[in-house]
Amino acid sequence: MAGSVEIRPGPHSQEVLQAFRHGDQASFEMLFRLYQSAVHRWLLRIVRNSATAEDLTVETFWRIYRAHARFDPERGFEAWARTIATHVALDWLRAHKQETELPVDLAAQQRPDPGIAFEIREKTAAAFARLPPRLRVAALLSVVEELPHKEIAAALSISVAAVKLRVFRALRLLRKDLLKQGITP
Amino acid sequence: MNTHDEDRIRQLLKQTLAPAPDTGPSRDLWPSILRRLDARPSPPWFDWALAAGLALFIALFPTAIPLFLYYL
Repeated sequence: MAGSVEIRPGPHSQEVLQAFRHGDQASFEMLFRLYQSAVHRWLLRIVRNSATAEDLTVETFWRIYRAHARFDPERGFEAWARTIATHVALDWLRAHKQETELPVDLAAQQRPDPGIAFEIREKTAAAFARLPPRLRVAALLSVVEELPHKEIAAALSISVAAVKLRVFRALRLLRKDLLKQGITP
Repeated sequence: MNTHDEDRIRQLLKQTLAPAPDTGPSRDLWPSILRRLDARPSPPWFDWALAAGLALFIALFPTAIPLFLYYL
């Protein structure tokens, strides 16, 4: 990445985290450089568009900086950043509900399945995009990204049982939508 | 929806959407953060309205200033 400085977590990590908690900008930059790729990757999993993920990475770190006094160094920076990033992504999905498109071609390029017509995949993607954002995110992270429920629960600030319920409801709504369109999954 | 239906819809979703690629940002995002850090936040409209109201009150009732200061 252009202009990036590679920083590895070192023995002074706790000092950096404490300094960030007290609003030190240099420590914030260090944490930004260290975690921006991880946060971007996480956001990309949810919004599935690299440019949007970049914009939301900036918004996430801006919120992180403003909330520095509430940061608990014991909890760890990455988990905290991931939770904030998830809420930023959810806000974005809610605000862009009608415009959100999920790239079908991404799946077609990476995992082509001749058994399923492009039209069905396109309709499935469109139906999935119509799901309420909180259900869609849970299903994306669980079914598509195959992340552990515990990890998703932490990012969404909900229980594991709530994650399972959201995934189930998302799949049920998706099936219902497809059946309405004459597609029997 | 039974378990069989759930499995089939899961499979369809997995075949429709691939996991996101493991890539980082295409550019350095720090300058964007710096721009936000450097932008001074403007005082909220309520603060301005309160200051304007207070100035108007003092201009209209200058004799109330000692009383106002007493209750500060």
